[in-house]
Amino acid sequence: MADVTAATDPGPKTGSTADAVRASLARRNRKQKILQVLGLGAISFAFLMLFILIASLVSSGYQAFTQTHITLEVFIDPEEVPLERLPRGGFDDVLEASLASVLKDVDPDDRATMRALGGLPSNGAQFRLRDRVVEDPDLIGQTITMTVPVSDPYDQLNKGLIDRRTPEENRRLKDFEIAWFDQLVAMEAISKPLNTGLISNPDSRFPELAGLKGALIGSFWALFVCFVISFPLGIGAAIYLEEFAPKNKFSDFVEVNINNLAAVPSVVFGLLALAVFIGWFGLPRSAPFVGGMTLALMTMPTIIIATRAALKAVPPSIREAALGVGASKHQVVFGHVLPLAMPGILTGTIIGLAQALGETAPLLLIGMNAFITSAPSGPFDSATALPTQIFIWADSPERGFVSRTSAAILVLLGFLITMNAVSIYLRNKFERNW
Amino acid sequence: MKTIKLTASVLAITAVAATAASARDAIRIVGSSTVFPYTQAVAEQFANMTGAPSPIVESTGTGGGMKIFCEGIGENTADITGASRAMKASEYELCQSNGVTDITEALIGFDGLSIAISRANDFAWDLKLSEVYLALAAQVPVDGEWVDNPYTTWDQINPGLPAVEILAYGPPPTSGTRDAFVELAMHAGCEELEYVMSGGFDGDWVEENCSRMRTDGPFVEAGENDNLIVQRLEADPNAVGIFGYSFLFENLDKLKAVSIEGVEPNASTIADKSYPVSRPLFFYVKNAHRGVIPNLNEFLEEYMSNDALEQGGYLAERGLVSLADDLLMKLQDAVLNGTNMEPKS
Repeated sequence: MADVTAATDPGPKTGSTADAVRASLARRNRKQKILQVLGLGAISFAFLMLFILIASLVSSGYQAFTQTHITLEVFIDPEEVPLERLPRGGFDDVLEASLASVLKDVDPDDRATMRALGGLPSNGAQFRLRDRVVEDPDLIGQTITMTVPVSDPYDQLNKGLIDRRTPEENRRLKDFEIAWFDQLVAMEAISKPLNTGLISNPDSRFPELAGLKGALIGSFWALFVCFVISFPLGIGAAIYLEEFAPKNKFSDFVEVNINNLAAVPSVVFGLLALAVFIGWFGLPRSAPFVGGMTLALMTMPTIIIATRAALKAVPPSIREAALGVGASKHQVVFGHVLPLAMPGILTGTIIGLAQALGETAPLLLIGMNAFITSAPSGPFDSATALPTQIFIWADSPERGFVSRTSAAILVLLGFLITMNAVSIYLRNKFERNW
Repeated sequence: MKTIKLTASVLAITAVAATAASARDAIRIVGSSTVFPYTQAVAEQFANMTGAPSPIVESTGTGGGMKIFCEGIGENTADITGASRAMKASEYELCQSNGVTDITEALIGFDGLSIAISRANDFAWDLKLSEVYLALAAQVPVDGEWVDNPYTTWDQINPGLPAVEILAYGPPPTSGTRDAFVELAMHAGCEELEYVMSGGFDGDWVEENCSRMRTDGPFVEAGENDNLIVQRLEADPNAVGIFGYSFLFENLDKLKAVSIEGVEPNASTIADKSYPVSRPLFFYVKNAHRGVIPNLNEFLEEYMSNDALEQGGYLAERGLVSLADDLLMKLQDAVLNGTNMEPKS
């Protein structure tokens, strides 16, 4: 174009066309400027929204990445925990007694006080103590040091989410309970380490114990099953359509349908899975295997479309050269075209899987939003997935779940960003230009 | 080659599937979202105490739970369903026709809905259900006409009530509390109206015309957060709030109950049904699954234990209105012995 204009440009001459062009120049430049500004504005707006989203998640979620713990010297009283009654025993009483022994102004015979004191360590603390004692019964009669999470109200207090200035009757913790906590802080028994439980614990109804382990493993199995099903099937369908299928009305029909399938709302796939996989096949509810099959239905069209685009991008000269030296069609496809198209296929697959990871609606329909306090050990054990776990936590009334919901969203976003980064890396590393 | 390997691994996984799916060791529970938090608490306590695989608790709603529960007998069906109303005759028939014949019904407690007002308000509030309806419904009868609600102050409804603006904070339509309030208070109040009684309208008419809360200001949807409602009631001593009884109980130092038909809500009036705005909570268990599904009996023992169900037990701490002692004994006896429920017709 540049050459052409240079050749015909008459220079600073007068002429009706040149005048018209010159007169409109300012206007055209202005239009371009406006377009640029609008584009920049759109991008800034998108970034601003993203920033607000991340900032609000971080500001409400960062507190969930630490958890208040209490370190206790626990005397395992043989009277409360007799050897012959294991694994049963008064482990909660043992914890209460050890707290009562270090705190001032606590009457160990007052039932109401002791009950309030029992609410300081998390409900899970007694089971942790029990597990240690069951593992090593010799501990009975000895004094051991334990670090356990404190219950949610005290955690909120330590994180400054309970305002001490509110009148006592409006507060979840009464003055004497705050006084206990302050004594423990003065004794340096309170710590606030990184909340590893957020990743390593399964779900719980107590916020201080609830974690994402079950959801992470459930999501892993669902994605694994989704990949194992949709990847070979999607590539197979794409290769057939692109390389072997005759171009006729039927293949056009198939193509239109695949494109449509990619746009079907995911909840429809959930209903389909509920009727077919659970209703007809009799597969268990809430299983990541069923979730994976459902997600595979959604991911397959994405993979087919991405694979076809990648196959199309391989230049015909490669095919023709291979055919020319006597390779069969089969050899051409698997020996030359497919390997060259692989980076594009993998990129499409990873993006499809990332979509599947964030998908909630079909999983709700097949019951992957159940409350389960143990992590699944295989794809057929009931489990939740990351997005459905977020859904459950967002619905929970306890205060501690507010920050945990945000933290779980951040974890999910982290996985999505990682997957997308991998796909960009693959594309840049292996992509070839012909 | 790659494809062959992949196919092989898919087949292998399916084979594992077949074996794994046939041996279920966890209890499956579905049903009402109102019963969900209680079942959740028992499930976690049970898993922690016994080390058994944790029961799988799903919140599907009462109706959805009944559908799943009545699908049939076998390892692929649920063992227990929670319900915020008794099983309907149609559901009972569905169960029977699918072979779910032996069912134990367990009434575990009550869920009362209270109307509360700040203690700073010194009027002794006592409302009839019809007055609640007239204050809060979208459409009411005025002079024999069914019109949009014209009332703005309480004394327009009943001259014996204070001349203050009607202002009520209540749950949004997405909440189960709202459904229960509409059904138990609004419908009942509507049916008590002279216009409806003498007009010969049936239940369907009431359902259709008396279910809408007013949207012109006096009824404010306050979101699911009950704490927020309490703060607003404190700030405005003339406003009333609608929420579950357990929440009023927690805040009795700041709030007092509005009596309904002369009855104040408390654990005993809710349990003996003299307080009209309360509903029973149930769960249903398949007796054919006992002894077949591992740990089901042990789970029921935990659910029926005094630790869980008695007044001050850990379910009461979560908001359940416990049964009176004699009812509790009967319940424990029926559930632990697997007594079949009375046929519904």
